[in-house]
Amino acid sequence: MEKGKKACTLLLGALRLMSMAATLSATIVTITSRERVIVFNFPMDAKYHYTPSLKFFAIANGIGSVYSLVVLFIPATKLRRLVVAFDVVITMLLTASASAALAVGHVARKGDSHAGWIPICGQVPKFCDHVMAALILGFCGVFIYMFLLLHAIHTFIKPILL
Amino acid sequence: MAVEDCGKPCVGGMQKEEVVVVPCPTKVPLWPLLVLRGLALCATVSATLVMAFNKQTKTMVVALIGNTTITGSVTAKFQQTPAFVFFVTANAIATLHNMSLLLLRYFGDRFYLKGFGLLITISDMVMVALVSSGAAAAASIAELGKNGNSHARWNRICGRFNTFCDHTGGALIASFIAVGLLMALNALSTINLYKKQEPQY
Repeated sequence: MEKGKKACTLLLGALRLMSMAATLSATIVTITSRERVIVFNFPMDAKYHYTPSLKFFAIANGIGSVYSLVVLFIPATKLRRLVVAFDVVITMLLTASASAALAVGHVARKGDSHAGWIPICGQVPKFCDHVMAALILGFCGVFIYMFLLLHAIHTFIKPILL
Repeated sequence: MAVEDCGKPCVGGMQKEEVVVVPCPTKVPLWPLLVLRGLALCATVSATLVMAFNKQTKTMVVALIGNTTITGSVTAKFQQTPAFVFFVTANAIATLHNMSLLLLRYFGDRFYLKGFGLLITISDMVMVALVSSGAAAAASIAELGKNGNSHARWNRICGRFNTFCDHTGGALIASFIAVGLLMALNALSTINLYKKQEPQY
């Protein structure tokens, strides 16, 4: 029983480290995405903070990584159940930010002919690829947080698996 | 004595053959859960329906040939944007989930299995994440339609399609209210679960 509990705690710690890594790298990749091109003699630049959705994505992943780091140092006492509640909130925040950024990314890549919005990925390809990488990292963070949440519920609230 | 032994009479207190009943910790009453779920059902239903019937057609003069004007019509529908389609789908799934749980509460006493409480709590969490992500995606596209993006040369469209934008805004408000209610519901049923009571849904 002792060994099983230790393995559980180790797995939880490893998952939290991975989630911190994923969300932190998503934040950093989003923040460092910028490109400047010249189109028809007009300088056009693309930065992440021109789009509120990407700003939300960067901030949400930043909050997620700081939260993971803080929770790593909380011992396995009764406080852990409150931490599970916060886990649900942060997971929800991360999924919302990832889906908002993905919606804007889809418009940027495919355009929206009904609204008259031209796809801009042809003009700033490096920015688009950068943001795509950040989104992939963000979704990895979401999946890791999901497993983390299920594992935390299993360990601290009620065993899910038989 | 563990929490799971509460409420049951056990033999052998201070005296032999004394039957002792350990009092259970106070549980969350049933009616807030039902009220919250009913309200969340109303919110998700309204968000789905308002967005699903969201359509606006505008006719404008395209060309003038001699004395006759040629008009073309432009339609704004929710199906044109994948984010809005996701929004409608997510809210529809949440509606079905809430409706089926409310019906289960009233008519499904014989379907109750032991693991249902935990399953319902987890599926509530899934619904919260789903509805919130649908609302976030639709909100980002709606913000783009309302403010445009000057750097990407994307013009705002809410000036022309007023009704479409207003309906979208209303559906978004309903969806965000649903997210809040579902989160409160989730918190209450998790508390219930932890107290190891008979699961209320």
